[in-house]
Amino acid sequence: MKKIFSHPKSLRNISTHYCSGCGHGIAHRLIAEVVDELGIRERVIGICPVGCAVVAYDYWDFDCSEAAHGRGLAVATAIKRVRPENIVFTYQGDGDLAAIGTNETIHAANRGENLTVIFINNAVYGMTGGQMAPTTLLGQKTATTPEGRTSLMQGWPLKISEMLAMLPGVKYVERASLDSPGGIIKSKKAIKQAFENQINKVGFSLVELLSACPTYWNMPANQSLEWIKNSMIKEFPLGKIK
Amino acid sequence: MKKILMTGNEAIAEGAIQAGCGFYSGYPITPQNELIGYFAKHMPEKGRIFIQAESELAAINMVFGASAAGARAMTSSSSPGISLKQEGISYIAAAELPAVIVNVMRAGPGLGNIWPAQSDYFQATRSGGHGDYHCIVLAPASVQESYDIMFLAFDLADKYRNPVMILSDGILGQMMEPLVVSGELLVASRKNKRPINQLTTHQLTKPWALTGCKGRKPNIAKSFYLKEGDLEKFNLRLQGKYKNIQDKETRYEGLFLEDAKIIVVAYGTMARIAKSVVNKLREQGKKIGLIRPVTLWPFPKKIFQRLAVSDKLLVFLVIEMSYGQMLEDVQLAVNGKAPVEFLGRSGGGVPTEEEIIKKLQAISFKL
Amino acid sequence: MTERIIIAGSGGQGIMLLGKILSEAAMRENKFVTWLPAYGAEVRGGTSHCMVVISDKEIGSPNIEKADSLIIMNGPSLMRFKKRIKERGLLIINSSLASKYKNIKLNVLEQPFSDIAVGLGNIKVANMLALGLFLAKKKVVSLKSVSEVIQAIAPDDKKALVEINKKALEEGSGLK
Repeated sequence: MKKIFSHPKSLRNISTHYCSGCGHGIAHRLIAEVVDELGIRERVIGICPVGCAVVAYDYWDFDCSEAAHGRGLAVATAIKRVRPENIVFTYQGDGDLAAIGTNETIHAANRGENLTVIFINNAVYGMTGGQMAPTTLLGQKTATTPEGRTSLMQGWPLKISEMLAMLPGVKYVERASLDSPGGIIKSKKAIKQAFENQINKVGFSLVELLSACPTYWNMPANQSLEWIKNSMIKEFPLGKIK
Repeated sequence: MKKILMTGNEAIAEGAIQAGCGFYSGYPITPQNELIGYFAKHMPEKGRIFIQAESELAAINMVFGASAAGARAMTSSSSPGISLKQEGISYIAAAELPAVIVNVMRAGPGLGNIWPAQSDYFQATRSGGHGDYHCIVLAPASVQESYDIMFLAFDLADKYRNPVMILSDGILGQMMEPLVVSGELLVASRKNKRPINQLTTHQLTKPWALTGCKGRKPNIAKSFYLKEGDLEKFNLRLQGKYKNIQDKETRYEGLFLEDAKIIVVAYGTMARIAKSVVNKLREQGKKIGLIRPVTLWPFPKKIFQRLAVSDKLLVFLVIEMSYGQMLEDVQLAVNGKAPVEFLGRSGGGVPTEEEIIKKLQAISFKL
Repeated sequence: MTERIIIAGSGGQGIMLLGKILSEAAMRENKFVTWLPAYGAEVRGGTSHCMVVISDKEIGSPNIEKADSLIIMNGPSLMRFKKRIKERGLLIINSSLASKYKNIKLNVLEQPFSDIAVGLGNIKVANMLALGLFLAKKKVVSLKSVSEVIQAIAPDDKKALVEINKKALEEGSGLK
């Protein structure tokens, strides 16, 4: 009988530290499955973020580097330039990619670095205790917007993917959601595309994944999936942006 | 043997490329722009990697990445830019990655100005970023030494898997002096675009480097130790490494130390000026000597300890283009066993030969 | 022997080049030499200057507080540097672009280098005229070494300029 499903080779067989209902575990697994399917485990180098996924290198079973908060794409740029035959990707949250690291993000994209970016948007800072993120929705309550985010005081949710899509160096941008089995299948397809682009030397590719953070959204896990569907997707529409 | 007139900044870049630097990224800032310009011109034609980064933060983190990938990697800047790089340097030290960082010092604090200074001594030797770590700090004093020291810098960085900082300054970086080299110079090959001695980063074997986990367990470049006790264990190992470096890698130049009654202590540009004063006064029969630390960290404590306990009356005079930073290392080394005097200017002013002689006269009256 | 020279003028007068040629000649004669440029924020306009120290001993400071010789190619530079020279020092002034200057404590030589250069066919060789005069007074390096440097550093597409520069150097050394 043919084996059609197993634990990904690129994912260590240990349990993660993530909260129940968190999207990180799913995203990690999707990347591991794609790396296996593309047969690049021995070529891939992952750049782990500062944030909840800081120890992603404990879960993935391939070469990884840490990067200081926000500097993932600077580190990735250098690794890829030094070792163009390797497949280099960054895994970054919204604070990392779109607040403290906006400069590195925009310039790596604008240089058209042949890199893959997996961008986890959960509209909140998780590791530090649920503060406002650049992608926090208007009205959303966080530790630093106790009355809810207002455009007057905190500006609007930052649509960094749309911004990046404007740059000539950026070849592929897609937003998908980890809110449902269908969304997860689409997410995986997008991740695979972003990796294939690098293998085929197409250029800078980014996949934004809307991901749940029930803990700091102050809701049960099942409700958080509803919140992605009913609130987040309205602000961050799904599909291929470029 | 080739002899050529070159600026200190160019000599650093030439030395680095000859020493096998495979990756450079930097951001413009005066007075080190000749350095980034030299890399921009000569790295690509030698098959090496040059990136003008979007900021100093990006530049130092690119060095982190390039080094993690196994390349001999470096960046350069001047004082305000080096402040911005401190976080990255802390990460590099903690991830035990080799890297070379050049600081062509200018006057501060703040934006300060673009004139030479030596006011980043504390930042360099005490380690300007967070945490208990050390950079190895080297201080050249001539264009020739700016070139030569780059070979040592990369070797030490690789040997100890540790960041190495070069402390130059605006004068040393901008001035031209004859430089003698044994091999062919990159400037000499300007017309010949064909890469000479092309060294790809892949020729370096660093078993810890990120290369893809083919045939081995995955490598991780990181500085994060969350589990109780892990960081302390790691830090103790780092401290052991630093102790080893302190034991083995101290370097200084000494002049007329055995019979000197006054010993001038200075490094970099300041040491050149001090040295000509010392030589001049020796010709007049004055018992004066010079210690020029070449490694600022590890500081050459032992020579001070040896001289300070000898039974003769001895005074140290520390001279800096700052208001007394290396002074503290000399005081710590001498540990109260001899008087330590100080002369310093900063903000663009450089102590002159005349000022040094005046200070020495004042001291010798006291003797 | 240690000779400290400050050379100053305006951008485009070949101030840095004058200093570099002098330094290169000193290097060829196996002397110790340093060349230190001004590296201010100004790029065009204002004054441009460099400092050259030539010695038979190791050189301490490349920075010059008080020069042995001052080569001044325009008026603003004279105002800026006239105090940076030792007593009895040699002050060479391009009188084409600076007004008359008297100082009995100095050895002042004034020559209309720019006008003479125009006469030779290229105003840009005023710097070599000044260098020629300087070397006639202070024999820190030989004219022959300087000529060799001029020959060597000229880029292939500028070889035609070698002769007029050498001629200016020669002519400058004959000025009184």
